[in-house]
Amino acid sequence: MVAAASTSSKPTRGVDAAFIVKKAVISALVALVLFSLMIGVRTEAGSDGQLTYWTRFGDLAAMVATVFVGSIVIELLRHWWGPVETVRVVPPSATKALSFAGRALVPVLLIFTFLVPVIFYNERYILDLGILVLTYVMLGWGLNIVVGLAGLLDLGYVAFYAVGAYSYALLATTFGWSFWMCLPLAGILAAFFGILLGFPVLRLRGDYLAIVTLAFGEIIRLVLLNWQSLTGGPNGVSGIPRPTMFGIPLTPGDDGLAALLGIEFSPTHRIVFLFYLIFGLALITNWATIRLRRLPIGRAWEALREDEVACRALGINTTTTKLTAFAIGAMFGGFAGACFVTRQGFISPESFTFHESALVLAIVVLGGMGSQLGVALAALALIGGFELFRGLEQFRMLVFGMAMVLLMIWRPRGLIGHRAPTVFLERNQAISSDLVKEGAG
Amino acid sequence: MDYLAQQLINGLVLGSIYGLIAIGYTMVYGIVGMINFAHGDIFMIGGFIALITFLILVSIGLTAIPLILLLVLLVSMALTALYGWTIERIAYRPLRHSFRLAPMLSAIGMSFVLTNFSQVAQGARVKPVPPIITGGYTLHESADGFAVRISNIQIIVVITTVVLLALFTYLVARTRLGRDMRACEQDQKMASLLGVDVDRTISMTFVIGAALAAVAGMMYLLYYGLVDFFMGFVAGIKAFTAAVLGGIGSLPGAMLGGLLIGLIETLWSAYFSTEYKDVAAFSILIVVLIFMPTGLLGRPEVEKV
Repeated sequence: MVAAASTSSKPTRGVDAAFIVKKAVISALVALVLFSLMIGVRTEAGSDGQLTYWTRFGDLAAMVATVFVGSIVIELLRHWWGPVETVRVVPPSATKALSFAGRALVPVLLIFTFLVPVIFYNERYILDLGILVLTYVMLGWGLNIVVGLAGLLDLGYVAFYAVGAYSYALLATTFGWSFWMCLPLAGILAAFFGILLGFPVLRLRGDYLAIVTLAFGEIIRLVLLNWQSLTGGPNGVSGIPRPTMFGIPLTPGDDGLAALLGIEFSPTHRIVFLFYLIFGLALITNWATIRLRRLPIGRAWEALREDEVACRALGINTTTTKLTAFAIGAMFGGFAGACFVTRQGFISPESFTFHESALVLAIVVLGGMGSQLGVALAALALIGGFELFRGLEQFRMLVFGMAMVLLMIWRPRGLIGHRAPTVFLERNQAISSDLVKEGAG
Repeated sequence: MDYLAQQLINGLVLGSIYGLIAIGYTMVYGIVGMINFAHGDIFMIGGFIALITFLILVSIGLTAIPLILLLVLLVSMALTALYGWTIERIAYRPLRHSFRLAPMLSAIGMSFVLTNFSQVAQGARVKPVPPIITGGYTLHESADGFAVRISNIQIIVVITTVVLLALFTYLVARTRLGRDMRACEQDQKMASLLGVDVDRTISMTFVIGAALAAVAGMMYLLYYGLVDFFMGFVAGIKAFTAAVLGGIGSLPGAMLGGLLIGLIETLWSAYFSTEYKDVAAFSILIVVLIFMPTGLLGRPEVEKV
């Protein structure tokens, strides 16, 4: 970790052993000082409330050794793969194959996703994971409208997710309304909150916008946590009704779907149904986004992202542009929230912390801001990767944080760093996103 | 009236702690133009290091409280500063000329790393310390027996903050480093052409910010008597709110914002409800920004076309 620090000097041609060792020694020394107290000494409150401590010099030595070796390995890797000024010659056949693979990727992914419940019918875990990934894909696409298209940095996106989830949960438990009635309402309420957030931030730019959205997200979470009579406070809302297939419940009873179709009941039916439900909603989100980008409002969003002043000068109403971006992004967040609730059957404010906002933002930025495919891939990579480390309960977030830092250093522009402009003059030319200042608010 | 006076004292102390953290945010923002999300966790690390140093010093038999406090202060400032330096080297420097969101996300990642690092290294349970500095003064006692008190630890927090602020203002206004910092803030390329070592100046900014956060962490430890691995998040957000409220990039603004947030929080819990104190602080931030989009003391951003 520490080794990655020293990037100042360019790699030379030959392996400079003395230089690498010197760097590794410095890294190890820094690590020794950094970890000396935090790892070398462990504190714990005893049963009588008295603090005690014991030393763990073995762990400390292991960490320092890891840093030393890691530093050498990173230096060597950088030497071999590093940014030496070489032009990688790619044969035209390979380029052609790559572009074909690129075009085939979307249909293949779609078909694969469609077939997931068929292939993994007996693997409940994979189906659940699939639903989770699709929820985040949907959240990512929703936030993409705000951050990727309109360039408004939103750090409180989780608020709309929460509003959608809670409105579904409360409407369904209080009034007993069906899923199909509550889902649009959850979206509308979330959109309303999007406008509510949009108004105060109309004049704000950049980081002021970021902090206000973050504050908004925290306000929503704190209200949900403390308004006990409505939301049940930290205990959350439980006993949320499961969705029905247009009125047909997915239960083992006589009027259930299985009985109607004359097949044996299995709890997996519900999971499969949920999977297709959220898959369908995600596709609608994607379709709506693609269509919106071709409408004047979508063009206005992209214009707003590139330059707000020019936007005004051209007579684009920035107020409605910003508000619609917030509202539509929030609406999709609300849909995702409603889906999340039906899957869980229970919600509490714990699910809507800043961590979620950061995760969704990471998905959007890693996805390359504005690229629909990139967002989907980033959601798969992050959520899937996150699940891989489920066994390492404690270390999971640590690894996640490190991965976020490393990914940013490796590909600051996201996994898909190029995208085609929606409007072009005469011929379509891919714009490197380096030329575009996204998120400048 | 006495109740109000007491709450004002409490708010002032809390505000001083927020202000010290907010300075780190505002300094980094002024020079690098990024939100250092990991700064709240630096504050938490500072608190932990202070706690561990304190335990070790007590267990090797030191008894002179002032000496212990001084040593704890120095060790935690030095180590936390090294944390700040390392984080800048690893997570921010490679991204300095990247697009705006990249360093911010890297900072969010770093914040997760630090939070979970201390959870893994020191356990998830809250670490309490017995009150180290006790005693205080009764300033005024009203007829119905309510006494306005100021404890010694409160005095220490406020005095330390004032002294550090004075030192810091001197550093920025009068020293070579301060001049370099102001130069980098205005125009990094020009500064580097005129012989300012931009990399070193930015590193030093992080080091100073982290050292101030360490002081805040130690004050928090002394004042509240506990640290836990999650305290950096809330404190960080509050301090950042303070920095924005005062006008990000402005040093007096950060301190003013810190004091305001501290006062709002204390007064709200005293007169309304404790549950909604954070909601109050954030709402006031939003209201202020609606009417003054660049904060209280911030310079209006002039956009050149």
